[in-house]
Amino acid sequence: MQKGGSRSEGRLLRAILVVAICLTLAPVLRLFVEGLTDQGTLGLSLASKVLSQPSTLSALKHSLITAGFGTLVSLVLGAAFAFLVAITDLRAKGALVFCLMIPMMIPPQITALSWTQIMGPSSVLLKTLGVAPPMGSPQPLYSAQGIILLLGIQHMSIIFLTLRAGLRAIPQEVVEAARISGARGLRTWWQVVMPLTLPSLAAGIAITFVTALGNFGIPAMLGIPAGYVTLPTLVYQKLAGLGTSVLAEVSVLAMLIGAVAVIGIMVQRFFQTRQKVYLVGSTSRPLAIPLGAARLPVEILLWAVVCTILVLPMFGLLATSLVPAYGVPLRLDTVTLASWWEVLFRQPVTTRAFVNSFSLAFGAAVVLMILCLPLAWLMERNPTRLSRLFDSLLDLPYALPGVVLSIAMILLLINLPFTDATLYGTVWIIFLAYLARFFAVMFRPIQASLKQLDPAMGEAAQSVGASLFQRLRDVIVPLSAPAAAAGAILVFLTAFNELTVSALLWSSGTETLGVVIFNLDDSGETAMASALAMTIVMVVMLLMVVVQLLSRRFPKGVVPWQT
Amino acid sequence: MADITLSSIGKTFAGTPAVQDISTRFEDGEFVALLGPSGCGKTTLLRLLAGFEMPSSGQIRIGARDIADGVTGTMVPPEDRNMGFVFQSYALWPHMSVRRNVSYPLEIRRFSKAEIAAQTDVALNATGLVEYADRMPSELSGGQRQRVALARCLVSDPDAVLLDEPLANLDVALRASMQAVFTDFHKRTGATMVYVTHDQSEAMAMADRIAVMDRGRIQQFDTPQNLYERPKNRFVAEFVGLGTVVPLRGVEKTDAAAHGNVLGKRIAVQSTHNSPSHVCLRPENLTISETGDLRAKVARVTYLGGKYMLESVSECGTRLLAETRAKFDVGAQLGLTITTPWAFHED
Repeated sequence: MQKGGSRSEGRLLRAILVVAICLTLAPVLRLFVEGLTDQGTLGLSLASKVLSQPSTLSALKHSLITAGFGTLVSLVLGAAFAFLVAITDLRAKGALVFCLMIPMMIPPQITALSWTQIMGPSSVLLKTLGVAPPMGSPQPLYSAQGIILLLGIQHMSIIFLTLRAGLRAIPQEVVEAARISGARGLRTWWQVVMPLTLPSLAAGIAITFVTALGNFGIPAMLGIPAGYVTLPTLVYQKLAGLGTSVLAEVSVLAMLIGAVAVIGIMVQRFFQTRQKVYLVGSTSRPLAIPLGAARLPVEILLWAVVCTILVLPMFGLLATSLVPAYGVPLRLDTVTLASWWEVLFRQPVTTRAFVNSFSLAFGAAVVLMILCLPLAWLMERNPTRLSRLFDSLLDLPYALPGVVLSIAMILLLINLPFTDATLYGTVWIIFLAYLARFFAVMFRPIQASLKQLDPAMGEAAQSVGASLFQRLRDVIVPLSAPAAAAGAILVFLTAFNELTVSALLWSSGTETLGVVIFNLDDSGETAMASALAMTIVMVVMLLMVVVQLLSRRFPKGVVPWQT
Repeated sequence: MADITLSSIGKTFAGTPAVQDISTRFEDGEFVALLGPSGCGKTTLLRLLAGFEMPSSGQIRIGARDIADGVTGTMVPPEDRNMGFVFQSYALWPHMSVRRNVSYPLEIRRFSKAEIAAQTDVALNATGLVEYADRMPSELSGGQRQRVALARCLVSDPDAVLLDEPLANLDVALRASMQAVFTDFHKRTGATMVYVTHDQSEAMAMADRIAVMDRGRIQQFDTPQNLYERPKNRFVAEFVGLGTVVPLRGVEKTDAAAHGNVLGKRIAVQSTHNSPSHVCLRPENLTISETGDLRAKVARVTYLGGKYMLESVSECGTRLLAETRAKFDVGAQLGLTITTPWAFHED
């Protein structure tokens, strides 16, 4: 006889939960404590000093401007695509959706790099075509407007996805009822479809704003040359320039970004809970309003936009990577793979970065899978108050801007408790930061698949005498393996490209691919940076295609770009 | 020995009682059905027996062995109870072949390879699944899946087999043949079986005894015949079989017989209670005759195949059900005679 319904399950749940909480929530908590104390005592004097500095205020203003207008650009692009794809009878929707997901999966520093390659006086592509502006004219992207445009393009997928999910939950009957009552065309859209999708639209806007606010790659690549500093780049500049002596100061900045982000996350949660009201009992046939004669022109327009924001910059990147020196026009006699050869096989730093990024991403995927599989199942089976609280907070390290998490990680690990040892400057701090940051990326798909799993599957094994370990090994793990695989690929994909966290945590020897591209571009090696970026884009697309091909075998909700 | 004893078992979910104060005993080798409307607590009771739920109060014993105690909060976990469970959804593991699904309980028990193969074959044979052994569950029909689930719970020779609405997802024809499979199996193995269903014909056809449940309590636990002919209260009378419950007045009871007023007519009734308050008028208790002193008007006629069910309304507004081989038209006047209905007491 034993105490409670499932003692072994409860014990294991507590053990894994403690590890998971230490990984994900401890850094956030540590940062919070740091912000509220001044050299060990409780007080806000340092905070008020840092917050009143002109550089802080101007960076805050820049952050709000770029994130705000960037969200507006995302909204226009993402909402237009979402409405047209989700509620009309366009053809080849699958391909369109897949293409619209690519901007989200391509790391921001590569987006920035690729766009600078199709604009400005030294653009190889423009020179080749003979339309480059004269030497000495400014790069138009090195400006607030450039940052806004690229932030908008980078994050349009988020608006697109959330809005499309909301639209797909509207049953066709609702629209048919409006039409039988006499509502026509745009009136149906405005009076029926729009009000029903407002909550998901609002949630999408809030989360897009938070993501844009935390974006480091784009303002770093475009803003630093122009002297246009946002909060994440300000933290980076202070920490890179002055080292850990300014740790207390940048913690306050991180808290500031975190505070703005948390407001955004709360707005998003608020609208997400409101949206559920509409979702009840409403999943029949999705909408398909016929566009009639306008269908072909609309299709051509949409694909033209996709080409402009996706294909064109990639061509710019490719062109730059194929010339012998930056600024030389691309012709049949100048084309060379020298940059590719140099960056992929000759430069020790890039080889090292490949190894680092690969091991970090692979290691994070494996460790998170081992942690999340049993945890998700146990949380589903035996929900406790602690596990519910954790469930509502575990997105935080992923939703908070990367800069905030990095600072939190430094604070937590710069002095390991009870020792003189430090993890700062080692590869382990990056690894632990990745585990915290990508925990939700692995956990949510597994959770989604386990929620759809008949609880009787585990109970059937239990009734024939299988112990907890045997049930996990023989029933739960095999059945949630596809979702875990999808989660692992997503973790690998995001970690492999990651820049924001590693930009603050790297040191010589622990460079990641994101850092190397950033540094190569910073030191003027644009051709090599482009070659490396192209390689990464190809790896990303390959992995996305793998997930896409396997997607039919995944339960609903596992692949983020399929709803 | 696998008789199951429940003593004042209760289970509450978040303050709401699902099962209240149930004390009863299922004999060794008995086929028991738990019958009731949805939400009556029958599935909760079954899951308490299996160990998937912990009782909030009371004790459960199998033979001489305590398996759950709601007072001390201790229980034997499901994996150590040696019970079989057949789920409504079958719960076949989709990643394992039919053979592996069936042999898994033996693997868990660390049988030798040869023993596993031999016993699995016996179970597959008994359920007629030999030719499907290498298929995956997704390649089977509903009835075949059900038989795999049954084979899986038989293979390890459980003390008791618990079945949670196992036929609910099957079509009518398949249901009848699966009922035969279950009864045959029960006869052959003599295992104690507890079967949850909301379908009374299913329960009547298979069970030795039926526990009729409502609002978390067992209302009556009796043989199918007694439930139908001698219901204990209004709920059982109305839930099991067709019929109308009407008040009984002016009862005079002697050792030999009892009489009372039903719908204004004085008739003989049967009862074990000293002062019964209601009678249950089944179609069998009503005879249609020209001379019948209870006048009623036909309100609805339903053809049942070979006979008609007449729903008629008496002069005092009571709905009465009668069966007849002759066809009557709606609105026709009938004379009815009541013959010795069952009477029970209700507070």
